[in-house]
Amino acid sequence: MTEHMPILSFLIGLPIVSGSIILAMKKVARPQVLRYTALLTMVVSLALCLPLLMQFDTQTYSMQFAESYAWLPAFNLNYNLAIDGLSLTMIVLTTFTTLIALMATWYSIEDRIAQYLASFLFLQGLMVGVFAATDAMLFYIFFEATLIPMYLIIGIWGSSNRVYAAIKFFLFTFIGSAMLLVALIYLGVQAKSFAIDAFYALKLSLPVQILIFIGFLLGFAIKIPMWPFHTWLPDAHTEAPAGGSIVLAAILLKLGAYGFLRFALPIVPDACSNLAWFMVTLSLIAIVYIALVAIVQKDMKKLIAYSSISHMGFVTLGCFMIFLISQSEHAMKQAGALGLEGAMFVMISHGFVSSALFAGVGFLYDRMHSREIKDFGGIINSMPMLAALFLFFALANAGLPGTSGFVGEFMVILASLNAGFWIALLAATTLIFGAAYTLWMYKRVFFGAVANDKVASLQDIRGFELLAFVALAVAVLFFGIYPDPILKLLHTTTQHLLSLSFVSKLG
Amino acid sequence: MEFPLSELLPFANIITLLIFACTALVADLFMQKRYPHLSYYIALVGIVVALGLTVNSTISQTALLQGQAIQDGVGQFLQVFVLVSVLGALVYGRHYVLERKIMQGEYYVLATLSTLGMLVLVSAHSLLTLYLGVEIMSLPLYAMVALRKEHAASVEASLKYFIMGAIASAMLLYGFSLIYGITGHIVLSDIAASLKTVPASQHIILEFALVFIVAAVGFKLAAVPFHMWAPDVYTGAPTSVTIFLSSAPKVAAVAMLMRLMVIAMPSMLPEWRNILIVLSILSMGIGNLLAIAQTNFKRMLAYSAISHAGFILLGFIGGNAEGYAAAIYYIAVYVLMTLGAFGIILLLSKQGFEAEMIEDLRGLNKRNPWLAFMLLLIMFSLAGIPPLVGFFAKLFVLSEVVNVGLTWLAVVALLFAIMGTFYYIRIVKTMYFEDPIETSAMVTASDTRTLFTLNSLMLIVLGLLPAALWTWSQTAVTTLLKG
Repeated sequence: MTEHMPILSFLIGLPIVSGSIILAMKKVARPQVLRYTALLTMVVSLALCLPLLMQFDTQTYSMQFAESYAWLPAFNLNYNLAIDGLSLTMIVLTTFTTLIALMATWYSIEDRIAQYLASFLFLQGLMVGVFAATDAMLFYIFFEATLIPMYLIIGIWGSSNRVYAAIKFFLFTFIGSAMLLVALIYLGVQAKSFAIDAFYALKLSLPVQILIFIGFLLGFAIKIPMWPFHTWLPDAHTEAPAGGSIVLAAILLKLGAYGFLRFALPIVPDACSNLAWFMVTLSLIAIVYIALVAIVQKDMKKLIAYSSISHMGFVTLGCFMIFLISQSEHAMKQAGALGLEGAMFVMISHGFVSSALFAGVGFLYDRMHSREIKDFGGIINSMPMLAALFLFFALANAGLPGTSGFVGEFMVILASLNAGFWIALLAATTLIFGAAYTLWMYKRVFFGAVANDKVASLQDIRGFELLAFVALAVAVLFFGIYPDPILKLLHTTTQHLLSLSFVSKLG
Repeated sequence: MEFPLSELLPFANIITLLIFACTALVADLFMQKRYPHLSYYIALVGIVVALGLTVNSTISQTALLQGQAIQDGVGQFLQVFVLVSVLGALVYGRHYVLERKIMQGEYYVLATLSTLGMLVLVSAHSLLTLYLGVEIMSLPLYAMVALRKEHAASVEASLKYFIMGAIASAMLLYGFSLIYGITGHIVLSDIAASLKTVPASQHIILEFALVFIVAAVGFKLAAVPFHMWAPDVYTGAPTSVTIFLSSAPKVAAVAMLMRLMVIAMPSMLPEWRNILIVLSILSMGIGNLLAIAQTNFKRMLAYSAISHAGFILLGFIGGNAEGYAAAIYYIAVYVLMTLGAFGIILLLSKQGFEAEMIEDLRGLNKRNPWLAFMLLLIMFSLAGIPPLVGFFAKLFVLSEVVNVGLTWLAVVALLFAIMGTFYYIRIVKTMYFEDPIETSAMVTASDTRTLFTLNSLMLIVLGLLPAALWTWSQTAVTTLLKG
């Protein structure tokens, strides 16, 4: 039971209840009323994160704001929620980004608006549930359940090839999750309980660890996505509506990385240590090769999708590089912590920056009904506000110091020098390629001569669209200059995670 | 032979159903012109009364009536779900039967008699009672499938079902005769006791008997390679009969497995576990793969039923109390899902229009968003996506399989289940992502619509609160195995 307010359950339940109310009100209320109801719910959710932030104790790694209810006692499967620094930052990111997604697409969706708002609200509640769960099966339930609203969002409000993209998204991620399920069931049977802490205490032999790691790998690597499991993402992003892309890029991808940090590293550390070279190689391929693929894209959304995959490569690099650092002799003290915190910071920063990029492309698509770069040119003449803010986010994507994009990447690159010179070199090439694809796209779309009459007559962003963009810009700038508030939340979690990861679980 | 009242009372549900069936028959004979719906109401009341009596019946682990029948926890659980599925099938099918002028009196009398047979089968404790139950269940079903005489597909389906069902019954009887020959007993507990003392030279005969019995049970459950009747019969039969035979007889088949494998032949667990592993893998594989190619919704659901039969068999492969509990939990949940899945076809079918193609669901979200959402819940539950209850059914079954060390089997099962997910999400795609062809206003009967809503919402409620049903099935099985 809980002695304090069950804020986490509210954060999960409030959007779901609100979504149901919006669906029920569909016939009686005007669309604007429905939109404002959804907006109010999301603002309240964001406000509910404030007490979490205020009362969070950054000195301890233990899980706080815990809630525990018996659910399936026969399997020792309980409704256990709690957060630590990583979960807290992810939950705040979730509530913030869903709000941004709503505001950015305020004017663009008219068809079946009630179902659209309800899908996003359900999705928000479920995503918070993933980050707050401390029971492995509860985590899995929320993890899988997010597929349902996302499938509907892509398939109903997406663009021309949406059916193919939606089904590909669903089946691809579901395959990974099914393998994850087997791994979790096996661990649950071994530990006689599904609580994640019980899994941390398990001793497993190396072959078993490697098999479980493969289960985790398939589940999370497809979600992140890592090369070569990434092929669903470009399709899903290009065909999804702007709001769907924002939520997909900002949060759903992070579910995979969160899974690695919460499950793979502490539970099967010996397998991770053995296969660290493999994971680091995959991450580097993602960083370098995918960046090169991004340069040649003709579709703006596909370009940003590949850029997402490339940035998530940094996250996985930071996670698995810690094992290479511990194996190397002349590693700097605390280099592992630097890399891991950098990875977590990239998760957060990428959440902001990719939301902004997809929102921007969404604004352009609403007005021009095209995502092809060749249909654009000289946008800055008709949409100066969009162009100015989009330039800021493009530079953040490229990793310009002063923006949050730089902080995380710099930490990971610095730490990777301790893992190996060539790893650092390849990782640092992202600074070149990132600038290449982002700035070249920006130049072709925004600068230059006005491409056609349609471009000349475009309306600039206004109202909620502008508000969303400005909010994101403030976040990116603030945390780029002063990242300490986020890093302070992450310190103890990182130290604890490192201590768990370097204890051998063989036996 | 003595039949003291105390031994007959636990079976009051069966006796009541017989009384109601006879009443319906006589009423239909004499009062059909004045009160044409009388047989429907009599049947309905009979099922409800039987349900009430079942829930309140006294449970004991001792066999009654000279060891011929038993009313234990597992029996009660399965009887409740037989009656629930028949109730659902009758209510869903009512308007369908009326519109197509299927003979009502005969239809409801046959349905009640078939239910009677299922109850007898579930509470059987001897080979003869079991066979009696199988026959009383099946013969009315063959007739019900053919009741739409002018529809060639129905008559063909009925003939297929009858011939193959007769072969399966014959095999069952042959298997029983071999067991009787070896052990000299027909009461299940006596058979179990004497099987332990069978000399090794006679063991081969027992394995033969096992194969025949598994063949018959596999037929009833529609497991591969005894599944060939299912797609044709499901498609050809009138949909009100399909909904009946896709739910209730499956529960009876699971009861057959429980009674025969778990109670009568527990010492042969290693043998029948291996047979069931093969049957299970083939069912999940063929059921899921072939369903992908279907354009007829009923046929697709038939193949999906085959794949779910594979999952139920996984529970029996578990071989311990939790495994059997997972299996009966699965069939209970499956009954709810399949009632809804066929229920939507019955809801959408009108006079002269059978809504049995997947194309008929196009754009349902635009025509009637609530119905589309309810069907979405059913489809995701069948696919096994949390937080619907179908996920928990699969979770329990897979946990028990992993528990006995067969993790590879769980991986194979999940791989096939993933392949299967495609055709379920294809239904959701057809409803939500496509535009409707028919734009006329949808007229659906209110009682059927209410039942459909309740049915689908149960899936989410049970998904959020799975403990109650699980505890019920688990206590039923553990008392069975201990007593």
